[in-house]
Amino acid sequence: MLLDLFYILVFPGFLFLSAFALWAEYFDRLVYARLQNRVGPPWFQPTADFIKLVAKADLVPTAANPTFFRLAPIIALTAVCTAFIYIPLWSTSSLFSFNGDIIVILYLLTIPTLCFFIGGWYSTSLYCRIGAVRTVTQLFAYEIPLFMGLLAPALLANSWSITEIMQFYIDHPWFWAFNLIGLIVSLIALHGKLEKAPFDIPEAETEIVAGGFTEYSGRLLAFLRMTLDIEMIVGASLLAAIFLPFGLQSGPVVGFLVYLVKVLLIVFLFSIARTIFARMRIDQMIAFCWQYVVPLAMVQLLINLILKGIIIR
Amino acid sequence: MSGPEDFKIPLGPQHPALKEPESFSIALKGEKILGVDIRLGYNHRGIEKACESKSYLQAVYLIERICGICSHTHSTCFVQGVEELAGLQVPKRATYIRMIIGELERVHSHLLWLGVAGHEIGFDTLLMYSWRDREVVMDILAMVTGNRVNYGINAIGGVRRDISQEQIKDILAALKTLRERTLYYIEIASKETTIIERLSGVGILLPADAIKLNAVGPTARASGVDIDIRRDDPYAAYSEVEFKVITDNHNDVYGRTVVRMKELLESYNIIEQALAKLPEGPIAVRAPRKVPAGEVLSRYEAPRGEDLHYIKANGTEFPERVKVRAPTLANVQAVKKMLEDRYLADLPIVVAAIDPCFSCTDRLIEVKDLDQGETKILDWQKLQQLSIKYNQQRGLDFTAAGKRLQRLMEK
Amino acid sequence: MKNPGKMLFEVLNHLFKKPATVNYPFDGSKMPKGFRGKILFHPEKCIGCQLCVRDCPSNAIKIIKIADKQFEAQIDLGKCIYCGQCVDSCLKKAIEITSDFELAQLDPTKLKITVKGEPPTTPPPNQPNNA
Ligand code: SF4
Ligand code: SF4
Repeated sequence: MLLDLFYILVFPGFLFLSAFALWAEYFDRLVYARLQNRVGPPWFQPTADFIKLVAKADLVPTAANPTFFRLAPIIALTAVCTAFIYIPLWSTSSLFSFNGDIIVILYLLTIPTLCFFIGGWYSTSLYCRIGAVRTVTQLFAYEIPLFMGLLAPALLANSWSITEIMQFYIDHPWFWAFNLIGLIVSLIALHGKLEKAPFDIPEAETEIVAGGFTEYSGRLLAFLRMTLDIEMIVGASLLAAIFLPFGLQSGPVVGFLVYLVKVLLIVFLFSIARTIFARMRIDQMIAFCWQYVVPLAMVQLLINLILKGIIIR
Repeated sequence: MSGPEDFKIPLGPQHPALKEPESFSIALKGEKILGVDIRLGYNHRGIEKACESKSYLQAVYLIERICGICSHTHSTCFVQGVEELAGLQVPKRATYIRMIIGELERVHSHLLWLGVAGHEIGFDTLLMYSWRDREVVMDILAMVTGNRVNYGINAIGGVRRDISQEQIKDILAALKTLRERTLYYIEIASKETTIIERLSGVGILLPADAIKLNAVGPTARASGVDIDIRRDDPYAAYSEVEFKVITDNHNDVYGRTVVRMKELLESYNIIEQALAKLPEGPIAVRAPRKVPAGEVLSRYEAPRGEDLHYIKANGTEFPERVKVRAPTLANVQAVKKMLEDRYLADLPIVVAAIDPCFSCTDRLIEVKDLDQGETKILDWQKLQQLSIKYNQQRGLDFTAAGKRLQRLMEK
Repeated sequence: MKNPGKMLFEVLNHLFKKPATVNYPFDGSKMPKGFRGKILFHPEKCIGCQLCVRDCPSNAIKIIKIADKQFEAQIDLGKCIYCGQCVDSCLKKAIEITSDFELAQLDPTKLKITVKGEPPTTPPPNQPNNA
């Protein structure tokens, strides 16, 4: 019981997760800066930002609905932290696992988006409302390819439990290569979920200030930003677990290092994507997702269905 | 989203997309723009009036500070007018130096614009790169004139600093780097999909509208209107160098980008020619303190378009009236036209595409009371009282803070 | 002709380049020779003709007679626009421009400086006392 609590709260639970998320944000900002030929922030910048925000007063706009306004960031943060518990990191087993945990994780990852919508909508400011609506509109664009991309490998492994999926790919060493399209689709969709450029439409600074986050300040804003950081880690860990089943049987230390490399590689890819594109318009983003990403995901599903037919026979 | 018809969002006077206070009130239906109300007047500084209490010599510095980006534009426009009134023959070398600085200024202004445009469409890498490259020309300007902005190189009757032989070498070396980078940006702008998607077809201004709405500069030239004061009414030494007037018929933001980028290449050509031909001789003639009575209209092709100065002299040391029409005032009308049927996401880049400089444009504030149909003019004291009253009603009292500030200032 | 991610190689290249920005103020920033910054006043050269005062666009400089043939300058760095017009106007070269531009102050009183020569002992030339 105590050990479980330690696992959940300290390592590899919340404490580790928060520290890693903040560090990953630093890594992302540093790479972004270097790619742009800038010096970039010092290593403690995200932590300092977080502490500063936590120390500031929370302002709730008079017109806002205080309950929803306050609850949204907290629920969002809780949801992403919970999702982390079910993801296996450096071995095939996670803290808790059961058949169907991959679906639960995907649902838990949708909650923050909905919370951003609710928080933005109930702050009632005009920018927030536009941002909130854009958040949901965008959700319809990336959520389906994300599901399709992530469930295709599960289909091949014939299981809804991440542990079993990973075991399958360890038993069939080269099968991960069939899922490369799924990996690309999921990366794009996750990028959209994290609302990073070129998909930062819901918080497009030059158009709607900070979108749904405009009215947030202090601790609540800190939570929201932490949610995004943790969501990035959780998403990256999930992709790493499903698409990159390497180094899982070489003991905790090596496994842990390999895990870090995998996550940072994904973060690095995100930083590059952030650097080389201009922000899309919401209509362009949706058209892009439905015209290119969804068909790609379908192709992946088709490949896996055919493969499965061959294996079963 | 189907909001009510009068879903209006304010963009400005304070907004991340705007670098200067200006108010756009946008009626929206979902993401679509139904109408735009533009309100100027947040940044009026009374420079024209202040000029009347400065001697001509001092006014040059004041006029220069109308704009931080095109400061040479305004000071040249002004001194040219005064020189004409005073009947001064400006030495050849001085006119060349003025032209060189003017073109360097155009280079820094257009590179700055490229960065801002990148930022408005969420492409910050472009901003970082183009502003980094802009530092090259800023360093040259600081070296030649002694300042990064507000160069202070113009004086009535000539220029205040000469260009030395070593400086010419540095400028030529800088131009080489800049040309390389500009060609790279042209390639990026014409190839990168996301940029093209965001720029082409956005902010359409047809040639007929451009003429009707009096657009000037790159805004007009990108709509195929072939105007350029440098060629149409040459000043400084423009009649002695060869250059092309760049026009484009995309009519949209993409066209405005192309025009500006190609103009950069032309500017490099002009500077090279001018440096090669730089005549020997003095750089200034002595200017009288008193300027004979008369009036003059002076024109200058600023990076943003035609700049107009009207100066009236009454025979004393001080101008009787100075009137400035900055290019943005001519272009801002077109913005409304460009935004017809566009999306909210296009607004920042469309506004940025005229390369607005609002503080140069701003005029007196006139508060119109629509109910009573009368016009009130608020002076500084009344405005202050109004704001104090307004804030007190909302429960904010700045009296104590104000007193503290006063004490601090008096110290 | 269109090509998404056109800048990819350029940005990846920059991963191995030195950043173009500096860590100001720790690494400092230099201005070229001839940059217009804070002005220097040489009291021993001044003859009190007030030409500089007349031409200063922002009334930032005052020349006050403190004794026979001795003048002090009161310069308000908060008002000065560093145009160098006073340098041009002074026929005796009593004002000089330096490239010192880091003049920001929290305390506004420190922006007002008075420069005067020390009457009894002749001050070393070019070393005005900026007290
Ligand atoms: S530099 Fe210009 S503003 Fe400063 S004191 Fe001299 S004339 Fe006045
Ligand atoms: S112009 Fe020169 S000599 Fe005359 S008062 Fe000013 S500093 Fe002194």
